[in-house]
Amino acid sequence: MLPTPEGCTFEASREALVRLVRDEGARVLATLVRTTGSLELAEDAVQDAVLKALEIWPGSGIPAQPRAWLTVAARNRAIDLLRREARRPGKEHAAEIFALHSDAALPGPDVVADDLLRLVFTCCHPSLPLETQTALALRTLCGLSTAEVGRALLVPEATMAKRLTRARRKIAVAAIPYRAPAATELPRRLRGVLATIYLLFNEGYNASAGEDLIRSQLTAEALRLSRLLLELLPGEASVIGLLALLLLQSSRHAARLGDDGEVVLLADQDRRRWDRKAIAEGMTLLGVALRRAPTEPDLYATQAAIAACHALAATWEATNWDAVVSWYDVLLTINDTPVVRLNRAVAISELRGPRAGLAALAEIGELPGYPSLPAVRAELLYRLRRWDDAATSFRAALAMPANNAQRRHLHERLARCEHSAKT
Amino acid sequence: MPRYAALIYEQGDPDWSVLDTPEKESTMADYGAFGAAAAAVMRGGAALYPTTTGTVVQVPGGKGGEVVVTDGPFAETKEVLTGFYQLECADLDEAVAWAARIPAAWTGKVEIRPIIDFGAPDS
Repeated sequence: MLPTPEGCTFEASREALVRLVRDEGARVLATLVRTTGSLELAEDAVQDAVLKALEIWPGSGIPAQPRAWLTVAARNRAIDLLRREARRPGKEHAAEIFALHSDAALPGPDVVADDLLRLVFTCCHPSLPLETQTALALRTLCGLSTAEVGRALLVPEATMAKRLTRARRKIAVAAIPYRAPAATELPRRLRGVLATIYLLFNEGYNASAGEDLIRSQLTAEALRLSRLLLELLPGEASVIGLLALLLLQSSRHAARLGDDGEVVLLADQDRRRWDRKAIAEGMTLLGVALRRAPTEPDLYATQAAIAACHALAATWEATNWDAVVSWYDVLLTINDTPVVRLNRAVAISELRGPRAGLAALAEIGELPGYPSLPAVRAELLYRLRRWDDAATSFRAALAMPANNAQRRHLHERLARCEHSAKT
Repeated sequence: MPRYAALIYEQGDPDWSVLDTPEKESTMADYGAFGAAAAAVMRGGAALYPTTTGTVVQVPGGKGGEVVVTDGPFAETKEVLTGFYQLECADLDEAVAWAARIPAAWTGKVEIRPIIDFGAPDS
């Protein structure tokens, strides 16, 4: 194993090296987009520099200033690419080549931060389809390859390549600006960015457990993005709220999988396996988020508050259901959806009993294809010992797609209903 | 004398900025011939990039309300194009700001599509 200037070894830290190159690559990319005015060109150039670094650094050691190394390599590559373009008739890139040459100084940290923020808002421009926003964020801000982005978002690589090409083309021909929005526009545009990050997180969190490492890696990428966003916009309550929510949700990661590799429901999780460090950080951030916007409840901070109630409870039974129901009431004022109402009904049944829960369920319309609704109804009927009604609802839930842990649970309950109905 | 906008609808969302097939080149030549023939009545027109480069602006709250920007338009929408402005803007955000002031955005939708620049002749 080769010692590096930092004194670590590459065999042990291949993953750390990839992470470093990707992180720095995103920053180099952000600046190069500004100086070249082309996302496509900048991506090609940075990709080339990143591959070069991954090839050379394990042998030569990490340079003292990895970002400077990558910046120079990417810039030279960009100049090469522009020269090649310039040789074609009708193309004149002399101005860009000159700008790249004359901008020899390495950008300072403030400039890099500004460039990154611009890139965030470009990738998450509402004019791009949401699935494209997430793909672009993974490609440009997290430094994943096109193949990895495809695997992460369950899209064939060729389709993903096409989608990314289309997005770059739209950014270029529609002139989607490379700019952080003005203060008046910021809240609205920021909501879009947060939604993109949250979507990424959920993609990873709800992925079929453990089967594909890249999928579960999405939660880590979403966490990294929200940390980055908080670094870039330190005062924004909704950004703090989102990071708090992601930390509190991901704190359950180790307990969400049983030894058989199946998903373990929240009520049945071994809470000793929850990540206390993530919970502590999430709680601290939640406090800050709630204090920052005390009169205007934030979508993410409110959901984080609900997650916090679970994080603080030693057992499912010991949960402060009064607080959970109150937070769901707040959440309904911001985001009144059937799924929120369903979760609220569960909390109500824990607080006031199955009859109150059923009454709350009755307020929800139909949720086609969502097995949790009949499953919750069935569970409440089961607790009321209404065996036949419960069995009907369990069968309805089993007729819909659900993961194996849920199915097994439903089958067990259904068998007990049928047994109890006979005796 | 009234003026008319001829809105050209085609199947398959073709990209006229790339003449990559003989069929497209031949169709392009037909357009050229039409343009020459109709020179006396021609007041202006433009070819648009494909719908995948489009942006939809809505002000659901009516005049002065919050501006909602989405991608699109989507193939399944049945709304038809009823007018056409050419706006020269620094970037998409500026175009969106102008589009939000077009009355159609308050009750319906304004779609912004980039116009293809085929380059100045003889350059």
